[in-house]
Amino acid sequence: MSADLYRIQGEAIQPDALHDTVLRESDGAVATFAGVVRNQSQGRRTRYLVYDAYREMAEMKMAEIGGEVKEKWEVDRVGMLHRVGRLEIGETSVLIAISAPHRKAALEACHYAIDRLKETVPIWKKEVWTDGEEWIEGDPSASQQSKK
Amino acid sequence: MEIKVLFFASCRDLVGKSQTSITMSDGASVSDLLARLAADHPRFTEMEASLMVSVNQAYVDRSQPLQDGDEAALIPPVSGGAAAGGVATGESRGGRSHVR
Repeated sequence: MSADLYRIQGEAIQPDALHDTVLRESDGAVATFAGVVRNQSQGRRTRYLVYDAYREMAEMKMAEIGGEVKEKWEVDRVGMLHRVGRLEIGETSVLIAISAPHRKAALEACHYAIDRLKETVPIWKKEVWTDGEEWIEGDPSASQQSKK
Repeated sequence: MEIKVLFFASCRDLVGKSQTSITMSDGASVSDLLARLAADHPRFTEMEASLMVSVNQAYVDRSQPLQDGDEAALIPPVSGGAAAGGVATGESRGGRSHVR
């Protein structure tokens, strides 16, 4: 049985499988977060999304986040999966599952992990609308602040 | 020395390829590499300030010296940052080492 799991993948994400991967008998909680493709963005109708990643570095940065989580909370196992390629409305783009003896640590760690993933992991999203497409980049002002 | 350079997302679209190999003189830094790319791709200067740079899969600052065989990547801002009340840990995206 493997331990933590950090993976960029082209195939569909299976939430139950990740849940099972992180769960052991000593755990009393598994917190999961799923990011899902929605049908609109700021009033524009989304047709589909395309995700691109710097795969090796992204998996390494996700593992770093897992390490941060384990320093900050009493959690057991961490699983983080992110899709790349074309994703349709309703598909899961990212899934995080964190097991812990108790729920509070699992929930807080899961929230922290998804926020950190969005900040530091080299993954990009292109929105394709009915009338155009664009790579979506983080708010530059927020980015400037975080670089200080 | 030979540097492998990777381009992603908007940067790949601008440059028109996903990777290239660039010969730099010994002692060159990340700044020198960016200057070379700007010379080859005039539109690159528009986005250069917003890019993060990694060398061998670690975020580095622009004074970082390059070594033969290094893998550099030009990293546009990632998609995040839209979450309300984001975590301002002071370490995000290269954090303290990022200077320009």
